[in-house]
Amino acid sequence: MDFLVFQYPMITVQACLDGILLGVLFALIAYGMALQWGVMNIINIAQGDLVILGGYIAYFMYLYGIHPAWGVIVAPVIMYFVGIAIYKLVINKVVDRDLFISILATFGISILFMQLMNFAFGADVVLANSGYGTTMLFDSNVVLPNSKIFSAFISILFAVCLVIYMKKSKLGRAIRATAQNARAAKILGVDTEKVYAATFGINAALCGVAGALISITFTIHPYMGLPYTIRSFMIVIVAGLGNLPGVAMSGMGLGVFEEFADYILGTEFRIGSVFLLLVLILVYRRFKLSRKREYLK
Amino acid sequence: MNKNNLIIYIGILIFGLAAPYVFPAFKVQLSILCILIVLAITWNIQGGEMGYNTFGNILFYGLGMYLCASVQVGMFFPLAEWTESGGEKTFVHTPAQFFQGMAAGLVVAAIVPTIVAGLIGYAILGLRGHYFAICTLGLGVAAGEISGGIEIIGAGQGFTTPPFPNVGSLEARGEFFYFLSFLVLVLTFIAVKAIYTTRFKLILNAIRDNEDKAEAMGIETMKYKIIGWMISAFFCGLAGGIMGGLVGYIDSTDVAFDGREMGVFMVLMAILGGKGTLWGPVIGATVFHIFKEGFWTFFLGWQYVALGVLIVVIVIYFPEGIMGWLREKYPERFGEVVDEADRKAQVEIK
Repeated sequence: MDFLVFQYPMITVQACLDGILLGVLFALIAYGMALQWGVMNIINIAQGDLVILGGYIAYFMYLYGIHPAWGVIVAPVIMYFVGIAIYKLVINKVVDRDLFISILATFGISILFMQLMNFAFGADVVLANSGYGTTMLFDSNVVLPNSKIFSAFISILFAVCLVIYMKKSKLGRAIRATAQNARAAKILGVDTEKVYAATFGINAALCGVAGALISITFTIHPYMGLPYTIRSFMIVIVAGLGNLPGVAMSGMGLGVFEEFADYILGTEFRIGSVFLLLVLILVYRRFKLSRKREYLK
Repeated sequence: MNKNNLIIYIGILIFGLAAPYVFPAFKVQLSILCILIVLAITWNIQGGEMGYNTFGNILFYGLGMYLCASVQVGMFFPLAEWTESGGEKTFVHTPAQFFQGMAAGLVVAAIVPTIVAGLIGYAILGLRGHYFAICTLGLGVAAGEISGGIEIIGAGQGFTTPPFPNVGSLEARGEFFYFLSFLVLVLTFIAVKAIYTTRFKLILNAIRDNEDKAEAMGIETMKYKIIGWMISAFFCGLAGGIMGGLVGYIDSTDVAFDGREMGVFMVLMAILGGKGTLWGPVIGATVFHIFKEGFWTFFLGWQYVALGVLIVVIVIYFPEGIMGWLREKYPERFGEVVDEADRKAQVEIK
């Protein structure tokens, strides 16, 4: 606890780089959350559990001798159908209802997934070893695993592809139209039911990619889902819905914050500090908004 | 009608007092049931009457649990050494010390969460809707994670609460905790029932129905929201303190700030019974507890899967709860005037 960060400047560099590479992953998950929040007005507490499930897909490929990096392609395909299934079974019944109903229903899904994964894969902390080695920077003072660089690169690739897809394709336009005004979109012949299903599927697929990358770079565990949900929620409220550069920036910011919290407070307070930061951000936002309301008076 | 009610209340009271002797094998379960009902009733003040769906009442419950046990130990022995010795009992409470410590602990466990609720209330209760729900969820988890890192209350290895002293009878422990929790349940019920007959309840309902309008009518909504939360915190803290003694062991994320179990249970019980009613949480908690204890053994190992499915099913197909269903079926019993012609028309439409 003697604040290594200040005594050795190289640790600061290390923490910043680690944080940015981690933050890119968070931003990818948050992008999925922003998508479904914007389109369907649903906050999915099971987001993090979808991420972990994606991670286990990559881990299983690793167990069966396939290189886990292929999970980046396999996991989203499987997760897309998992997402559609969840939508058909549960989400389409809560889309138009009170927001709390959807929060509670997805909370139930989260508990369900957590426990099913616990049964299926065991309660051990696991990691899919990619064998990518490390990169040394600054006279070997800063160590960066290549898998982290790989994961950041893949996340950016997927995010860019998705943005282009949303801009150009027919489905992308339908999704954006539904987000703007679901009723008007319906009048103009958009099948909103299909759009919702596709949105949820795309979100799940994004979670799958992120999960596969997390299983390569970090570790996964059945109960680690909720922090990812909270992180993505936090990133979305800081950036605002539909603000993509904001999502990327606040994702990286959160990553750096976490790395520093890890160094300064200790690893046992890492998750706690994330949740506290969420509370602080929401409280800050509340006072900012209430000041705005006073102007109106 | 009033006379009938009185008979019902007296009947329940007699049943409650006789229960540990009628069902001696279920004393612990009955005590837990009392605690669950208290939690459901207090959640209902926020979720049902005020429209603020909180996942954060678990914060006060866990806080009360840790405070009660810490005071009980700290009054007589050094706390740090107690937690360090863990399971090995180097210090033993005499009966007098145990009961004094418990009494003082419960007072602290009730008052401190109330103050905490008052302090954070102004910041947190300004949030609306899902922001409030997620914020309180974060609050509960953060409390669990942080208390899991504090050494003096046992950190990750947990905190053993003082064992019940040997006062002659073997049955005494179960009876003591049962009557304590039953007392808290009765107090909570009377207090909440009294509150619900006043203007305060109407204000809470006004906040639920339209907060901006309520404010425009000249109600200081923030003040009432904070008071409502403080009332919840008071009884949640008490319930937590008793539960700590009953379980005998406090773990930061599995017993005290157990958002995955207790934190969801209280929401689920209130919704199952019917939120926004006085009796709903009581019925919901009873049904839920009986279901849980009766069927959990069949799902051995699969409880949480069952819990997840149960949440989804209740929330999607049964959001009005048992009381809501009864109200729809027998509206006269709830003092609602039903027009016969109107009802016939509705039946025809169906």
